[in-house]
Amino acid sequence: MGLAKRIIPCLDVDNGRVVKGVQFLDIRDAGDPVEVAKRYDEQGADEITFLDITASSDDRATTVHMVEAIASQVFIPLTVGGGIRTCEDIRRMLNAGADKVGINTAAVFNPEFVREAAERFGSQCIVVAIDAKKVSAEGEVDKWEIFTHGGRKPTGLDAVEWAKKMVEYGAGEILLTSMDRDGTKNGFDLGVTRAISEAVHVPVIASGGVGNLDHLVDGVIKGKADAVLAASIFHFGEYTVQEAKQRMTDAGIEMRL
Amino acid sequence: MSEIKKSTVAVIDYGMGNLHSVAKALEHVADDNITVVVTSDPAVIDAADRVLLPGVGAIRDCVGEMYNAGLVPSIRKAMAEKPFLAICVGIQALMSHSEESKGVDCLNHFQGNALFFGEKHKDYDGSKLKVPHMGWNQVKQTIKHPLWANIPDNARFYFVHSFYVVPENKEEIAGTCDYGLNFCVALARDNVFAVQFHPEKSHKDGLQLYKNFIQWDGKP
Repeated sequence: MGLAKRIIPCLDVDNGRVVKGVQFLDIRDAGDPVEVAKRYDEQGADEITFLDITASSDDRATTVHMVEAIASQVFIPLTVGGGIRTCEDIRRMLNAGADKVGINTAAVFNPEFVREAAERFGSQCIVVAIDAKKVSAEGEVDKWEIFTHGGRKPTGLDAVEWAKKMVEYGAGEILLTSMDRDGTKNGFDLGVTRAISEAVHVPVIASGGVGNLDHLVDGVIKGKADAVLAASIFHFGEYTVQEAKQRMTDAGIEMRL
Repeated sequence: MSEIKKSTVAVIDYGMGNLHSVAKALEHVADDNITVVVTSDPAVIDAADRVLLPGVGAIRDCVGEMYNAGLVPSIRKAMAEKPFLAICVGIQALMSHSEESKGVDCLNHFQGNALFFGEKHKDYDGSKLKVPHMGWNQVKQTIKHPLWANIPDNARFYFVHSFYVVPENKEEIAGTCDYGLNFCVALARDNVFAVQFHPEKSHKDGLQLYKNFIQWDGKP
């Protein structure tokens, strides 16, 4: 008996539709977000995360309406990330029915924003999203760096040190995406997942690279993640959330079935 | 046929943010005879048939805002006479005192304190446990109660908190949970029930608890 590890399906949303790109190229339409969220809810998802990749701020209103619609029908925690830059953005998403918001690039350019947001809304709703890439060569001591702009721009920030700093500033949870793995279906970068999970006292969600159910098991057992996030393996019907939970349970992981 | 009376559930809004989820979940389980109102008006709370006290954020702000908004007399009055449910930080607000924010005096409806898990919280085997306690954990129902109706014992509910309540009177404990220690997650006395978890985020068992609440006559 105890706390269960979580499975979090992630919906990348562009202008009101669920999409999934392979390393941000080749975007495939994966349906209506409300319908997709309801399907995952019925399958036993522990939370749902939306990543708003809408380019223009005009279309953000679409995202607010989408969150409202989903929050009226799906009674599990909802996280919204993408384009969260101000306390006003956070307030708008929380009022629409989000339980947590993900702060990514804005945290890199203005770490004080994380502190301000945590003080105003509470750490429980502030998820700091970290996009990391391995920068050490084979044979060297492992080192991961924070990247922005979809993994194109290096920042010089060490990923583990950055995660610790974000927790000090008030992050209640860390969403860690391995940018070299995202969309590859080769599995999480377990090294960085474990390094960060062991370095901080808040929960860590592993993301980026899930291609099969064993990857989810590895994320928890080898990567020490508290939750695992995946998108495409669920969107296109390869696996259901239920099947994923069963596999993790069979591997000895405590899950909510 | 007896006359069907409309009844009102007041969700107390003391300016601490999102009550959308709580109101939507109550509406989801309410039939046409139940009206859900989100309110910061003491008169509306006084007139309601049932009252729900949500809690979000830091305890100092929560309790402070309850006083600033002039809601404390109505909250005490409701706890004295009608079905009353407190959730999440709401349960902590009903205790005597919380360790959070260097110590905060609370409403003292239940005698006892809210304590911090600590950043170095450990499991029984010495392994590290993350704080906040975030996610789905099993709730052991330690008493029979109308609010547990149709909810299996050890059902999982969604939690997110770093402080836990320790009541002085153990007979008031209605449910417990295990996370490195066994701690109280539900309290009950007369017409007042309080839970540490979020029923509105706890899928069907959470919705069932809300359904039980809107049908509850306030008798234990």
